Amino acid sequence: MSSGIGKSVKRKEDKRFTTGKGRYTDDHRMDNQAYAAFVRSPHAHARVKSIDAAAARAMEGVIDVLDGHQLTGDGIGNIICGWAITSKDGSPMNMGAWSALATEKVRYVGDAVAVVIAETQSQARIAAEAVEVDYEELPVVAHVADAMKDGAVQIHDNAPGNQIYDWELGDEAATDAGLKAAAHVTTLDITNNRLSPNPMEPRAAIATYDDAEEHYTLYTTSQNPHVARLVLSAFYNVAPEHKLRVIAPDVGGGFGAKIYIYPEEITCLWASMKTNRSVKWTSDRSEAFLTDAHGRDHVTHAQMGFDKDGKITGFKVDTIANLGAYMSLFSSSVPTYLYAPLMSGQYDIQNIHCNVRAIYTNTAPVDAYRGAGRPEATYLVERMMESAAREMDMDPAELRRRNFIHEFPHQTPVLMQYDAGDFPKILELAQEAADVAGFPARRAEAEKRGKLRGLGYSTFIEACGLAPSKAAGSLGAGVGLWESAEVRVNPVGTIEILTGSHSHGQGHETTFAQIVADRFDIPVETVQIVHGDTDKVQFGMGTYGSRSAPVGMSAVVKAMDKVEAKVRKIAAHTLEASEDDIVIEGGQVKVAGTDKAMAWHEVGLAAYVAHNLPDGMEPGLKETAFFDPVNFSFPSGAFICEVEVDPDTGQTKIIKFTSADDFGTIINPMIVEGQVHGGVTQGIGQALLEQVIYDEDGQLLTGSYMDYTMPRAADVPFFDVQHHETPSPNNPLGVKGCGEAGAIGAPPAVINAITDAIGTNDLAMPATPQAVWRALRAASKPIAAE
Amino acid sequence: MYPVKYHKPDTIDDAVAALAAGNEALVLAGGQTLLATMKQHLASPGDLVDIRGIKGMVGIRTESDTLIIGAATTHAEVAGSDVVRKHCPGLAALANGIGDRAVRNMGTIGGSLANNDPAACYPAAMLALGATIVTNTRQISADDYFQGMFTTALDEGEIITAVHVEKPAKAAYAKFAQAASLFALVGVFVADGPHGVRVTVTGAGEDGVFRHEGLEAALSSSWSAEALDGVEVSEEGLNSDMHGSADYRAHLIKVMAKRAVAAA
Repeated sequence: MSSGIGKSVKRKEDKRFTTGKGRYTDDHRMDNQAYAAFVRSPHAHARVKSIDAAAARAMEGVIDVLDGHQLTGDGIGNIICGWAITSKDGSPMNMGAWSALATEKVRYVGDAVAVVIAETQSQARIAAEAVEVDYEELPVVAHVADAMKDGAVQIHDNAPGNQIYDWELGDEAATDAGLKAAAHVTTLDITNNRLSPNPMEPRAAIATYDDAEEHYTLYTTSQNPHVARLVLSAFYNVAPEHKLRVIAPDVGGGFGAKIYIYPEEITCLWASMKTNRSVKWTSDRSEAFLTDAHGRDHVTHAQMGFDKDGKITGFKVDTIANLGAYMSLFSSSVPTYLYAPLMSGQYDIQNIHCNVRAIYTNTAPVDAYRGAGRPEATYLVERMMESAAREMDMDPAELRRRNFIHEFPHQTPVLMQYDAGDFPKILELAQEAADVAGFPARRAEAEKRGKLRGLGYSTFIEACGLAPSKAAGSLGAGVGLWESAEVRVNPVGTIEILTGSHSHGQGHETTFAQIVADRFDIPVETVQIVHGDTDKVQFGMGTYGSRSAPVGMSAVVKAMDKVEAKVRKIAAHTLEASEDDIVIEGGQVKVAGTDKAMAWHEVGLAAYVAHNLPDGMEPGLKETAFFDPVNFSFPSGAFICEVEVDPDTGQTKIIKFTSADDFGTIINPMIVEGQVHGGVTQGIGQALLEQVIYDEDGQLLTGSYMDYTMPRAADVPFFDVQHHETPSPNNPLGVKGCGEAGAIGAPPAVINAITDAIGTNDLAMPATPQAVWRALRAASKPIAAE
Repeated sequence: MYPVKYHKPDTIDDAVAALAAGNEALVLAGGQTLLATMKQHLASPGDLVDIRGIKGMVGIRTESDTLIIGAATTHAEVAGSDVVRKHCPGLAALANGIGDRAVRNMGTIGGSLANNDPAACYPAAMLALGATIVTNTRQISADDYFQGMFTTALDEGEIITAVHVEKPAKAAYAKFAQAASLFALVGVFVADGPHGVRVTVTGAGEDGVFRHEGLEAALSSSWSAEALDGVEVSEEGLNSDMHGSADYRAHLIKVMAKRAVAAA
C-alpha cells in the first residue's frame, strides 16, 4: 500500500509546522498568567551572603520575589542525577547538592538565586535586575586541568579533588599485554569539544496551581513528560503524581537538552502555588547558552596496538570528563555506560580498557547531547584507526577491513553484544558512491589550483534504545527503559495510538501511523498519534537515544498484536469461519478464499455495540502493551568526507559527504534521510565550527550567535545518503534507530579528511580556519627552524 | 527590553528636535545592532528616533562623478543598485557580503557608519575611497570621521544624511568573515581613486579601521597582487581574541589584500 512501511509518506505534522500553526509551550496562554524572571549569578563561584529584594518588590507589576531559602523551606528537594555510577574502588559517586534556587553558594555563571514573578515579562526582567545579591567571590576552576590540581578550590564539599568518580571498564592487564605485544602502537591525545545544544525553540514552562483541587499542571518543553512528572513528584516533592499533569505540546527540537528537569520548571511550579497565579517562563537565547545542559567536553589519552598484519591487539583509553558544576539528570551515564561500551567500534578487538574520571568545574552542567557518549567514543576510535593507518603506511579502508567483525551476534569485551550488520558491505557502498577510486585525480586537479584535497573515513557503530531495563538497573540506572503504547480502535474504525514516545521534530505522527496503516492495511490518514500529555497517555519513558523506533514502535506492534487477535475472533464469529482463515487486507477483514468479508470499520462497530460478540468476550477494541527490549539495537554506518583546504587562509570546504547507513528496517526513507542530514550537519558543526568557551574566571565567552558558530546551510554540501538494511533481531520490526547516527559518525570523517589534506594528525576540533592554518604551518615548518 | 518611546519624524528638523527632547534618545537607522543590544538590556534609550521616514534619506544617485547614497539606504539596496555597480562595483560587492540577508534588508549604511563597529565592512570602503560623510550640519571627510572603535567625529545629536563617493579607477574588497557573526575577521579594501592608492583594513585593528602604509606604498609603485609579496604586515596593534590571534590576522591582511587587488 502507498503509506505503509518503507514509503516516503509526507509528514502529517508539517502542515501545522510550516504554516505557523504549531502550538509550542510559549504559544499557550493561561487565565491569570504571570511571568517569571530569574536572578542569576554573574560569578562562577561565590558565597551568597544576602539577598535584598526590597527594591524589586516595590517595582511596578511585581507580584513576589522568591528565593532558595523559601524553596527549601517548603520542602522542595534537590535536583538529582538518576544514574548511580560506582568508582573502581567501590565507592559511590560524589553527587553534590543542587537546589533549584541556590542558597549558600553559586557554582557557575547563570546559577539561579531568586525568581521575580510579575504581571509582564518585561516587568519581571527589569525587576530581576533590581534584586541585590551580596556575593563573596571564591576562587574559580573553569577547566578540568585547574579543577584537578592539588589544592584547587573545592566546588562541592563531598567531592574531594572535585572528582565525581573514577570508573573503569574492561581488563587493564590484558590490554596492557596486548599493547606490549603490538608491532605498532598509535598514541593520540584527543579533546572532544564542548557544545551548546541550541534547539530552535528555547526551553519554556507554564505552571498552574489549582488550589481547590490541590492540583498542578505544567506545560513544558520536555522530551519525556512522564519522567519529568515522576522526578518532580518523587524527588523534588512538588506534588504527588496524581496531582500533577505534565504536558509537552509541540516541542521545537531537543537534542537531549530537553530530557532533564531544570531549576526553572521546578521553580515555576512551586511559584504558581506560592502566588496562586499561572507562572510562565520562556528562556531567551542568552539564558539558553548559559543554562541548557552542554554536551561532550572530554580530554582523552589513548593508545591502540596493532600486530604486523594490522590486527588490533589492544586499545587503552584514559578519559577526563567535565560534568560542570552540578550533576544533571543522566550526566553520570554519558561518559561511562554510553561511552566505554562503544570502544570496540566495528572491530574485533579482544582487549579494551577504558578509565574515566568525571570532574566538577565552575561551568554549566554537561549531559547527553545528540549521540551522548557515542560520538565521543566514535571520534576516538575512528581518529585512532585513520592515524594508525597513516603511521603504518596502510590504506585506511584496508586497515578497517582487516579488523571488521563478520559474525553476529558478536560479544565485545566491553559489555555489548552486537545484533546484526554487514560492515564490509556498507563500506563498499560508501566507497562506490564517494568515487574513492577517482580521488587521486581530483586531488591532483585541486593541487593545480593551489588547494589541498583530503579524504577521510568513519566506519562506526552506535547503540540505540538503551536496554534491557534489568541490565540498566544492575548498572545503576534509576529508571526502566521500556516503552508503552495503547492502540484504540474507535467504533468507526479510525485509530488512536497513545505512545510514551515523544516527538520534538522526528515525525512520529507520520511514522507511527505508517506502521499501523501497514499492519491493518488502512489509510494512514485514519490513524492519529497522541503523545506528550501525562493525563492522556499511560506512563512512558519518552524520546532520547534514538529509542522511539526500536522501543516505542515495538510497544505499538505488541499492542497491535493483541488488537489483531481480537479482530480475528470477532470476524471469525460474525462470518462463521475459523480464526485461522481470517485475513486483514484492503480495508476489509475477510475469510480467505471466499467472498465473506466485513469492512474494517464494521469490526470496530461490532466490538462497541457488542450485539454479537463471542461468548465471554469483553466489548471494546483497545489494547495496551509495554515493550522492554532484550538488547540495544546497533545501527552502523560508513561515512566518507572529501574536503578542500585553502592553505592561504586555512578555510575548509566540504566538497562531498557520503553516508552509507544500516538502520535495519526503514519505515519512512524521506524522514530517515532528513535525520541523517540533520545529524551530519550537527557533526560538521562540531568538527568545524562549534565550541563553548569559558575564560579562566568561568565567564562564558560564547554566549550568543555572534560568538558561537552554528552551521549554516552554506557550510554543508548536498548529502549522498545510501542505505543497506540488516534488520535487528531484537525487535519485531527489525528497526535500529536513526536519530543520532549522523552526529556520531560525522566528526571523525571530517577531521580525518582535513588531516589527510594537510598532512598532519595534530588537529583538534573545531577545525576553524585559524586552527587548520596553524596546523599546516606547524607541519610544514622545518625541524630546526627559528 | 526596557520601555522605549518610538518616534518616526518626516523631516530632519523634527528628528533633531526629537533627539534633543528625548530621554537618552538614540537614532534608529536599521536597528541591526541597536535592537539586539536593547533586548539584552545593554542599551536603554528612553526614546528612539527612526530616521527612515525622512524625505531624501533613502536612495542612490550620482551627480557628475560623485555617488550619493542616502544614509537610510539598506545594504541590500546598495548591493542591488545598478548605479552603484556601475560607479563602484567593489562597493556593491561589499554591501552584498555584509551579514546575512535579514541584516542586509534592514541594516543601513548610515547606521553602520554611525556605529563604527571595528569589524564592520563599510568603514574600510569609506576610508579607502576617501568618501565624505554628510550630516545635517556639515560634511566630514572619512579621514577625519573614523576615530577608533565605536568612536566617530559625530557630535551629540548630529545625524548622518548621506555619503558621497567619488568614482575610483579601481576598487575592491576582500573579507574573511568571522564565522559566527559574519563580521570581518579581516577585511581589506583596495582603491585607486581620486585620493590616490589606498589600502584599508577592518576587523583586525585594535582601534578599528586603518590604512596600511606598507601595502599602499607597494601598490602605488605597482598595482598587482605580486607587488604585495614582499610587504611585511606587522601584528602590532592587531586584535587577538578567541576568533583570531594577531599573527593570524596579520597573515590574513596580506592574503585578503592580494585577493582584493586581483578582484579590482
